[in-house]
Amino acid sequence: MADRTLVDERLANVLRDERGRLTAALVRILGDWDVAEELVQDAAIAALEHWTTDGIPDNPGAWLMTAARRKAVDRLRRHARYRERMEQLTREASEMGSRIETGGPMGADDRLRLLFTCCHPALNREAQIALTLRTIGGLQTAEIARAFLVPDATIAQRLVRAKRKIRDARIPYRVPDGSELPARLGEVLAVLYLVFNEGYLASAGDRPERRELARDAEWLTSLLARLMPDEPEVLGLLALTRLHLARADARFAGDGSLILLPDQDRARWDHERIADGVALLERAERMGRPGSYQLQAAILAAHACAASWAETPWPAIVALYDTLMHSEPTPVVALNRALAVAERDGPSAALEALAPLADRLHGYHLYHAARAEMLRRLGRSDEARAADERALSLTDNPAERRLLEQRLSDANP
Amino acid sequence: MKYMMLIGGNEDGWAHLSQEEQDALYGRIGAWWGEEVAAGRIVDGHQLQPAATATTVRLDREGRPTITDGPFIEGKEMVGGYAILDVADLDAALAVASSWPAPDVLEVRPIMERG
Repeated sequence: MADRTLVDERLANVLRDERGRLTAALVRILGDWDVAEELVQDAAIAALEHWTTDGIPDNPGAWLMTAARRKAVDRLRRHARYRERMEQLTREASEMGSRIETGGPMGADDRLRLLFTCCHPALNREAQIALTLRTIGGLQTAEIARAFLVPDATIAQRLVRAKRKIRDARIPYRVPDGSELPARLGEVLAVLYLVFNEGYLASAGDRPERRELARDAEWLTSLLARLMPDEPEVLGLLALTRLHLARADARFAGDGSLILLPDQDRARWDHERIADGVALLERAERMGRPGSYQLQAAILAAHACAASWAETPWPAIVALYDTLMHSEPTPVVALNRALAVAERDGPSAALEALAPLADRLHGYHLYHAARAEMLRRLGRSDEARAADERALSLTDNPAERRLLEQRLSDANP
Repeated sequence: MKYMMLIGGNEDGWAHLSQEEQDALYGRIGAWWGEEVAAGRIVDGHQLQPAATATTVRLDREGRPTITDGPFIEGKEMVGGYAILDVADLDAALAVASSWPAPDVLEVRPIMERG
């Protein structure tokens, strides 16, 4: 007999790591996502019973895979409509068997295929995110709903629709090759990046960050980096998530307000994570295929490695933004570049750099907050105040609101 | 797996092209079509006459038809032709659509299989 709590805990951990792989393998056997998820759940319930009675097996992941596969085979035998799948399974059986026994990286292929299916461009972005978190990340529908502040039913419906489209339009279950790969990998990275950002700085809701979600995104990215170790942009995104999370603890004051980079206590940064992020970035850069995630990580690394705000290498950071503007000429990148220009060349130069963004960013709170900061430095306090008020009216993030309110009250004692 | 590939585009989209350019485009489409048919990926299909030649029939609950001039979807993008694809999966269908040799818009939709 094994302790029930211990079994629960161990099973939760194994499922956390293996759910994607298990589901992926069953989807491949059955070609049906809903049934695959159901059988993985069944296997987990069986594990709970057996492990409590017989003890936790040496390789719990392999145990679950064997149990889930057996359930899939039973299902195939019982349902005529799965018959042709059965033949395919028989062909693959020996190969699959050796994968399961070793629990080696071959099984990971299924997960990679599944990830590309979840992020297929024929699915809309919201569906891609929900499917990825559900199927690869192992999050429950309710957890995804909570993370994105939408009703459970909305996420459930998104998942149902997406799975239906995968089945009915026959979206294949494969890692795209050759000329397709860059664009398709871009979709996967965009999904992971969005999930990370939503977790790192929540755009709505009563909590300023949902760090579990950011950590989920980091975990998924590290999984992708293990499966595709030769893709520099994957490593770039992983470095980016590491470098952001390394500073996570220093970002909020006791009262929940946001502490901006110049005011953060750098001793509270996680320097081990920073070193890890920098090492990942260097590995990516040695591959000689630059990209926007690597550039963003390089900017973060320049900040993370500076001993103080005053010692930040501004010319290098502006140069990195200039390069980033070539591959990603978005107004938000231009906004961040302008903030680096402020430190290198002063607030007037930054205001000049911000001016052409007015049209496209007039609804974006950080544009107005950045203008306010420059105007304040130039002593134009009335204009600064107006810009801060505009920024405040445009964000629901509680930590950002508190910071802006603080600024407004400081300026007008 | 069979898919319907609707070929659409802005009907004025080609208007800015010279006659020679239009002829060249038709030539490329003709050659492309021939290759896809030879490869077995296109099993049927046609170019349609301009949307101005379309007539819409709407039936009410009692089955009474109302006949109006024009296509039933009003918009800038018009269906100009279609192909029936017979390929392995959506990626293969999207690969065919992506290789269409003119600056148009294409919709790929699986055909309902009854069985």
